[in-house]
Amino acid sequence: MASGAVHEARAVWVVLKREGIRFASDPLRAVVSVLQPLLFLFVLGSGLGSLVDFGHHLNLRTFLYPGAAAMSVLFTALFSAGSIVWDREFGFLREMLVAPVSRTSIVVGKCLGGALVASVQGVLMICISGLAGVPYDPALMFTVLGELLLLALTVTAFGMLVAAKIQQFQSFMAVTQMLVMPLFFLSGAMYPLSGLPAWLRALTRVDPLTYAVDPVRKAVFARLSAVPPALRARLVPGVTWDGWHVPVGVELGVVAAMAAAFVVVAALEFRRTG
Amino acid sequence: MLAVDVHGLRKDYGEVKAVKGVEFSVEGGETFGFLGPNGAGKTTTIGMLCTLVRPTAGRASVAGYDVVREREHVRRSIGLVFQDPTLDNYLTAEQNLRFHAELYGVPRQVVKRRLRSVLELVGLADKAKAQVRSFSGGMKRRLEIARGLLHAPVVLFLDEPTIGLDPQTRRSIWEYIKSLKASEGTTIFMTTHYMDEAEYCDRIAIIDKGQVVAMGSPDELKASVAMDRVQIQTDSPAQAIEALREHFGLVAAVHEGNVTFSVAEGGEFVPKLFARFGELGIPVRSVGVSRPSLDDVFLSYTGTTIRDAEAGASNEWMRRVAARGMRR
Repeated sequence: MASGAVHEARAVWVVLKREGIRFASDPLRAVVSVLQPLLFLFVLGSGLGSLVDFGHHLNLRTFLYPGAAAMSVLFTALFSAGSIVWDREFGFLREMLVAPVSRTSIVVGKCLGGALVASVQGVLMICISGLAGVPYDPALMFTVLGELLLLALTVTAFGMLVAAKIQQFQSFMAVTQMLVMPLFFLSGAMYPLSGLPAWLRALTRVDPLTYAVDPVRKAVFARLSAVPPALRARLVPGVTWDGWHVPVGVELGVVAAMAAAFVVVAALEFRRTG
Repeated sequence: MLAVDVHGLRKDYGEVKAVKGVEFSVEGGETFGFLGPNGAGKTTTIGMLCTLVRPTAGRASVAGYDVVREREHVRRSIGLVFQDPTLDNYLTAEQNLRFHAELYGVPRQVVKRRLRSVLELVGLADKAKAQVRSFSGGMKRRLEIARGLLHAPVVLFLDEPTIGLDPQTRRSIWEYIKSLKASEGTTIFMTTHYMDEAEYCDRIAIIDKGQVVAMGSPDELKASVAMDRVQIQTDSPAQAIEALREHFGLVAAVHEGNVTFSVAEGGEFVPKLFARFGELGIPVRSVGVSRPSLDDVFLSYTGTTIRDAEAGASNEWMRRVAARGMRR
């Protein structure tokens, strides 16, 4: 029998691998998950684009792109986490819970698997980013991918936390739909964080998704040399806490800290299950 | 070392006492059966032995490890096949088994060989690469058995292993289990409410309403009920029951639609019964006499047959009629 740490690592790996196999066996899911963000980006983006005129060859689509990418990751990651409710309904969860592995390894494996699968969505979004006016800069693409991966991990872990308490897959989908829309609207994915009324500004600061979308937008705009500084400052003001401008590192730190916290609490919840 | 050792095991779900102090032990290599109706506490007991359910009181050890304090060790030593399927339908048979192998830390070098041998054991070697979704109920159950054996457990727990399967599949699964016992010496702990399956066990514990009411080998248990079972079909059951009590001093009740009672030397009793019933004018449509079966053992120890215990309240009325007759 394999020793402790190696055994746990093997468990994490096989749970992760299963997520991959399930995702690969269902290509329709990948297509459907990317459809909504594309709709958002190109239909809404082009439609509303006529209302907004930034000038300087800047498209509304480019502005909306970070939000669209985040949206694709969001849905996929939540679905991945939700599959554990599916497993519970269909019994497979028991196979995992009765095995001589720590529940933490199962949770970590699931989170990593969900994150990787959601990142595939991210890659798809990066591939079509050119159509939204985002330059195909390798450094930019890697940065965005990394940030989306982090978001995917956080959202999957959050989803697992919700899933630990829920018995039926439909309930899970209902609960997450209820949460996703407000989180998305308050994240500044659809509008700049400058010039907002005080109450709205306060809410955006509390929304975790803000700290995931903002870095991506900053990274994208950093590559748009044609945009004058004044416009850039208006469109990408960043997040401020009491006047202090929050650097990208701290924003990502917030997301990472949440990921860690969600994973820990989810693991604790699953330890108590059955 | 006892494969399973249980002392005073209890489980309460709030007010409901599912298991009320169960005590037994199982030797290595034995096939041990838990016989009883649904709701008797079989699944809860197995749940506690498999570390899925936390006991309220008492202690139990499996493969020498305490089920509460040495959970990981217990889990490593047991294989489980439950009533509800726990396979991933979207993976192939082989992928399901590999998943299991990794979770149980089966050494890398032996995985491939073990995989092949368990699949051969259950006759699914040619379906290794097929998706489980395409399997029939019997094939899925066989795959679960294969999976339960993959990590060479000391004790294999089978909860109603052949429920919902057709007779042919049930028979072939039992062939596999018997060959397993012969080749690996695995201890098998099973629950069932099929009498014929219980006959395969070395020893049986009869469990009813959360307690073990009898324990022994099938033959021992049947011998303890040294009487034949007689069943009469009649249009006036209440009258028949009353007559049996008054004229023969026999306690009878309605079970599965027939007036049933136990009597020594059933074959010799029946003519006397007909003679008396003829005098009393109680019509008898048919009669059956059977040697004791495990169903009779169950009946004698619990007062109901398994099927009736499951049917529950429907026979209460008949029983109360009979009881009222006896009180006169």
